[in-house]
Amino acid sequence: MNVAAPVRPRTLGRVHVPTVTLAHGGGGKAMKDLIDDVFVRAFDNPLLAPLDDQARFDLADLARRGDRLAFTTDSFVVDPLIFPGGDIGKLAVCGTVNDLAVGGAVPLYLSCAAIVEEGVKIDLLRQIAASMAAAAREAGVAIVAGDTKVVARGACDKLFLTTTGVGVIRESVKLGANRARPRDAVLVNGLLGDHGAAILCARGDMALDTPIESDCAPLHGLIAALLAAAPGVRFVRDPTRGGLATVLNEIAEASGIAIEIDERATPIREEVKAFCEILGLDPLYLANEGKIVAIAPAVEADAALAALTTHPLGARAAIIGRVQSGEPGRVTMRTALGGRRIVDMLVGEQLPRIC
Amino acid sequence: MKYLDEFRDCAKAEFLLKEIEGLTASLSIPDDRPLQFMEVCGGHTHSIFRYGVEGMLPHGIELVHGPGCPVCVLPMGRVDDCVAIAEQTGVIFATFGDAMRVPGSRKSLMQAKADGADVRMVYSPMDALKLARANPGREVVFFGLGFETTMPSTALTILDAETEGIENFSVFCNHITIVPTIKAILDSPDLRLDGFIGPGHVSMVIGTAPYAFIARHYRKPMVIAGFEPLDILQSIWMLLRQIKEGRIEIENQYARVVLNAGNAPALNAVSKVYELREFFEWRGLGSIEHSGVRLREAYARFDAERKFAIPNVRIADPNACQCGEVLKGVIKPHQCKVFGSACTPETPLGALMVSSEGACAAYYQYGRIKRHEAAE
Repeated sequence: MNVAAPVRPRTLGRVHVPTVTLAHGGGGKAMKDLIDDVFVRAFDNPLLAPLDDQARFDLADLARRGDRLAFTTDSFVVDPLIFPGGDIGKLAVCGTVNDLAVGGAVPLYLSCAAIVEEGVKIDLLRQIAASMAAAAREAGVAIVAGDTKVVARGACDKLFLTTTGVGVIRESVKLGANRARPRDAVLVNGLLGDHGAAILCARGDMALDTPIESDCAPLHGLIAALLAAAPGVRFVRDPTRGGLATVLNEIAEASGIAIEIDERATPIREEVKAFCEILGLDPLYLANEGKIVAIAPAVEADAALAALTTHPLGARAAIIGRVQSGEPGRVTMRTALGGRRIVDMLVGEQLPRIC
Repeated sequence: MKYLDEFRDCAKAEFLLKEIEGLTASLSIPDDRPLQFMEVCGGHTHSIFRYGVEGMLPHGIELVHGPGCPVCVLPMGRVDDCVAIAEQTGVIFATFGDAMRVPGSRKSLMQAKADGADVRMVYSPMDALKLARANPGREVVFFGLGFETTMPSTALTILDAETEGIENFSVFCNHITIVPTIKAILDSPDLRLDGFIGPGHVSMVIGTAPYAFIARHYRKPMVIAGFEPLDILQSIWMLLRQIKEGRIEIENQYARVVLNAGNAPALNAVSKVYELREFFEWRGLGSIEHSGVRLREAYARFDAERKFAIPNVRIADPNACQCGEVLKGVIKPHQCKVFGSACTPETPLGALMVSSEGACAAYYQYGRIKRHEAAE
């Protein structure tokens, strides 16, 4: 149940010009038409419909679902706006849904703030809003509040989105980066590095034609299945920017343990490997948008793996390594050759090598 | 991955390591004086660390990570020159990615970009020429960097620009040559190397003949090596076999790529476009005779050094830095006074800490395993 007042039916405005101008950010009818046409029409839900300054939800309803709120925000500035496997809209919904889900929360509500550069095509905005709406439906969340700003050419790059999300965590769920213990298993739900490689290819300056698509997907269902099958799971994180290597280092640091992964067990698509070979990049540092890293106690490792592999987003899941009692904070990899190397945090951004 | 997995095969690596262990044992190497082999090329350094090769080798063999990372040997003054060019109005400064973070005395190219200079990362000089075509009102300057490996592509780009009559393109030429550099290392009084793992990509261009003096005059063996881990292991095995059999030769392990005669069209382009500089300044190694090239007079209109007023200030390496001794194999990276304290990958003092091919950056990570495990 929610406490939103009954909504008086009203006609949604329409934009009749092809591009966004500064007039659409002026606060008058043009702005109302833009918001109606692009966002309200796509997001269509009773909490958003009154278009008040805030969405209001029933506290008792939230309390019935769990004992803690999860609250998060993320900004999206991806270039290009549309890429193989997704677009900035899908990314903005999945990114925030996943930030809630990896904490064990059931994602419920999102807000969406858009900063639009003048000159952007209205049709492009409609396409991206439709993609957000589809992703929200898939993730079972409602986009209940929003804001739209239009800025002069050059003040932003086409479109920036910020989504903020609220979810509820059940009483029994206790996850934390500091909970990893020696002999725990390290799992991932599939092929790593697809998103990072897809975006780099889509920018076009590599002149490389690859079939790699972003893995962008909402992960709350997968994580719920994982936690149901392996309730002792210590920690879940989505390895976005900075990739697998960064998340493993954060866990090793926070828990004061060492982690060793096995290169041969770490699933990476052949095309992504080849892409990295050509450009001198390391796939362990490439971003993912539909992947999790999970730490499970040894006794639940098989159950956790089974739960992941039976979910549609986990067909290529694998146990890639173990937590060890070695030097706290150290992440190593057993290489395919049989050697061993440190997998450290990335310093700055990954720069391609010249030779 | 086809053509790569074959060269990373773990069973073959084990076989080679057994052979290497056998040979090492038969040479009765004293504990306090292990054999030291220098890999000259930064690409080798990167592979050695990426696959954990060094930790697989028996006691008695040490790898010394040489000066073959062109980014690492870039003197601070040259970075300042790049920044000075990049900050001029109307300039687009195009550079390979890993030169972006090398510290200058004031700032790196990455900081200059943040401050408003138009610095673009490119993957090839041809991309820089493409920028020049697309921006006829701007001057595009390409930062020509690297050994003989990258020298021909810069030369061919200049020849293309000439054919097309492109006027708004120039090269800030910092290309360097490998042979005088190896010679400078061999002439160093504190040298104690037992052999070289020779540079694969450079040799693909220049062939094997230019190294003959290393065996003949300096009595050191060399094996020109490919970049996959099995290439490197096999090259170490070939060096050991030379020592065992009392031979001192230049051998070519990378025969699938390196022809003894080199690459004639590449060499033609190189000699057409460049001439040797009398001296070139290296970070950590000082000034080395005939170790760099510049554009010939005929290509003066593509020469950024003639188009722009370049400060050309010589900045001494930071006092505390021991990059030179590390480059020559006199000390190991972790034996440098500032290693891991004042000089880290986040705040590099010396260029060896900057690039992933730099010995110190690699050692900063790997060294922690080795010392830790030694203590266990």
